[in-house]
Amino acid sequence: MSPLKELLLKRIAFGALTLIVISVLIFVGVELLPGDLAQAVLGQSATPETVAAFRKELKLDLPPHVRYFAWLSDFVQGDFGNSLANGRPIAGLIGWRFANTIFLAATAAAIAVPLSILLGILAALYRNSLFDRIISIVTLSMISFPEFFIAYILIAFLSVKLGLFPSMASINDRMSLWDKLYMIILPCATLTMVVTAHMMRQTRASIINILGTSFIEMARLKGLKRLRVVVLHAFPNALSPVINVVAINLAYLVVGVVIVEVVFVYPGLGQLLVDSVSKRDIPVVQAAGLIFATTYVILNLLADILAILSNPRLRSPK
Amino acid sequence: MGHLLKMTNVVIEGLSGTEWTPIVKGVDLHLNRGEVLGLIGESGAGKSTLGLASMAYTRQGCRIASGSIVFDGMELTTAPRHVLRNIRGVRIAYVAQSAAAAFNPAHTLLKQCVEAPVQHGLMSYQEAAEKTVETYKRLLLPDPEQIGYRYPHQVSGGQLQRAMVAMAMACQPDIIIFDEPTTALDVTTQIEVLTAIKEITRQFRTAAIYITHDLAVVAQLADRIMVLRYGELVEEGETRQMLAHPKEEYTRALLSVRKQQKPSSPAALKEKPLLEVEGVRASYTKGVEVLHDVQVRVKPRTTVAVVGESGSGKSTLARVITGLLPPTKGRIVFDGQELSADLKSRSRDVLRRLQMIYQMPDTALNPRQKLRTVLGRPLEFYFGMQGKEKTDRIVELLEMVELPPEYIDRYPTELSGGEKQRVCIARALAAEPDLIICDEVTSALDQLVAEGVLKLLQRLQDKLGISYLFITHDLATVKAIADEIVVMCQGRVVEQGIKEEILTPPHHEYTELLLSSVPEMDPDWLDNLLARRARRRARKPSDQGPRKPMRQPAPAAASFNR
Repeated sequence: MSPLKELLLKRIAFGALTLIVISVLIFVGVELLPGDLAQAVLGQSATPETVAAFRKELKLDLPPHVRYFAWLSDFVQGDFGNSLANGRPIAGLIGWRFANTIFLAATAAAIAVPLSILLGILAALYRNSLFDRIISIVTLSMISFPEFFIAYILIAFLSVKLGLFPSMASINDRMSLWDKLYMIILPCATLTMVVTAHMMRQTRASIINILGTSFIEMARLKGLKRLRVVVLHAFPNALSPVINVVAINLAYLVVGVVIVEVVFVYPGLGQLLVDSVSKRDIPVVQAAGLIFATTYVILNLLADILAILSNPRLRSPK
Repeated sequence: MGHLLKMTNVVIEGLSGTEWTPIVKGVDLHLNRGEVLGLIGESGAGKSTLGLASMAYTRQGCRIASGSIVFDGMELTTAPRHVLRNIRGVRIAYVAQSAAAAFNPAHTLLKQCVEAPVQHGLMSYQEAAEKTVETYKRLLLPDPEQIGYRYPHQVSGGQLQRAMVAMAMACQPDIIIFDEPTTALDVTTQIEVLTAIKEITRQFRTAAIYITHDLAVVAQLADRIMVLRYGELVEEGETRQMLAHPKEEYTRALLSVRKQQKPSSPAALKEKPLLEVEGVRASYTKGVEVLHDVQVRVKPRTTVAVVGESGSGKSTLARVITGLLPPTKGRIVFDGQELSADLKSRSRDVLRRLQMIYQMPDTALNPRQKLRTVLGRPLEFYFGMQGKEKTDRIVELLEMVELPPEYIDRYPTELSGGEKQRVCIARALAAEPDLIICDEVTSALDQLVAEGVLKLLQRLQDKLGISYLFITHDLATVKAIADEIVVMCQGRVVEQGIKEEILTPPHHEYTELLLSSVPEMDPDWLDNLLARRARRRARKPSDQGPRKPMRQPAPAAASFNR
């Protein structure tokens, strides 16, 4: 087997292992919650018979490891169980909300990733200039504020004062794509501001790191233009750390939007998660947790694979 | 029409801390069309800085403070950026010391070779590619049509260096700056690159500045030589003139470096061996054997030099002896007693008696430890020394390696390269060993400094009776220090014996190749050698020259052939 394939398979195996560990942690975490779930759901007044019947229905009478494997195998087959709050299948509850979350995250990513890489390259090109400092100050101040603060500032100015954009990002299926995009402008802007700094700083730092190497000196001594030296000679070699940071930020976009979704009342998975926690709807929380974890692991796995593929030493061995 | 390039009173300064200190202190240099100028001197003499300045380029933290640099009638020190850009890579090209570092790992060779002519709008990609393949052919690169589609890590060091010459030739420049282009190469590979450079500069009448610390190398190429020291010109003259009648003391010292010799001591060689390596086989990854059935003997109070090209398994042998890499087969007997293969199960006394000195003193010394700690550690570890006894012994060790006792509270970074290597020697001596393995200990040092270190090692052997296993690729070093020689090639010992016997003909084919590849201080040496080899090839048409059989890159393939 080629070393590249071996490496990729190893990464994928590690990703799968991580997911299994996470599923155990989520399951055990829920198990460890104090009190009896059935009792908590049915309330103080429930008779012991109803509690017992409810426990049987939820299969709580079975030993934990049996329930864990039953839950996991159902989950893998796409059956997430039923919500405790309204008895509806969780898959139906989560499905469209997750799609909404991905829509918001993907839009933010489509703006933030190219923007931050472009800014990073420019900052590296004109490093220590006024332009570089301004970009650094602006992006760093934005990362220093909590996202809800940025969200409310944007609402206060752009929505309340100027009335440019809606403050509530309530989208639905009947809307056209453009309407949807218009509705999510503010949450999207908030997310972009939060993640740009990190990716931009990493791009700048790794390019500057590469600029000190002798192949960059060689490129300069060939009389190439500065932009070409940075974009074609430095950037490809700086890719690997940039890809990793981009992946972490993408994962953050999917997983960490909870607060932004709540602020803008956006019908996404984060909103559902917050609601379910307050309703003690444990199966929904479990399912949402595992979906978030899977997204995180898959994105990081992708980053690893892309980083490996961006390295010619690994892509085309001797 | 005046000179092609004329530098007048050039001063280049470097930023150290917050102060600008001069690196090149007012040097005049001129170069005529088609002329090859050799710039020689030790590291820190300002050769590279001066070479780069010919394209009005300075490295980060340096600046051209004053003086004038006139190329083809243009003053470069005041030229705007776009003018310089159209000179760099087009009319003046650069060949760096390490091709492995100077090629961008993310792009193929061809892409990088055609970049300058295409970007400067001189040729279309197609034309440039065709021309590059042409140059590859001229430089005798293997598979010239296809090699350009490889990435830098996929070709050997010598090939990469030649590809860089091709890259420099892409725009047919007026001047090429060669900055130590063969220093990192084996002697056998060095010849290939030197030949390529000589060929190309002759054919196109390209002027060149050839920067090196090796006088014998520059003698093969240069019409005229400038000797630099501490950023100043020591001596300048025609190559033959300078080699025959050097004016300055410093130049004479550089010339005499390679002449150091010691006769082997026949009495010591009759004794029972101190170290015996028997039938050792070793590998890093399963199935790929790096050492095949290696036998080496070291007698007490003698020096055995292990020579061979890089990749011949010399350093692996050292790792096996020290126990860092347990052999897959064979045994190591030290003073009549078989050593356990793995370092971890060796007794402290065995560890003490077998010490090692590395090639790079920079990386072998902890930069955050004072010499007191560096040298005190083995004293505590092996002898339990403490307090005044330890300090006295450290001072004694420093004196042994000819360093002043005040150095005890210095950090390695405050020392020069040669001084650092002396500290490494002192550290090995602290254990009072019977055998020291020296792995290319002088390769990273300037010639005069290296000579000093070799003399020190010899004096220590005479005084303390230590044996050395001396790993090196430099045959001048071997002549200077060895009693016995072991020649290694592709993980095998091809020849072994007393120095005088190995060095007197008839030689084994591979030893002959190594010996004949060492440049001599004779300007005609390279031409004569190439003529001799060509004649031999013509005599034996079936034989593709002595190099061919040595050039199988995969040791695995070699071991299957057995």
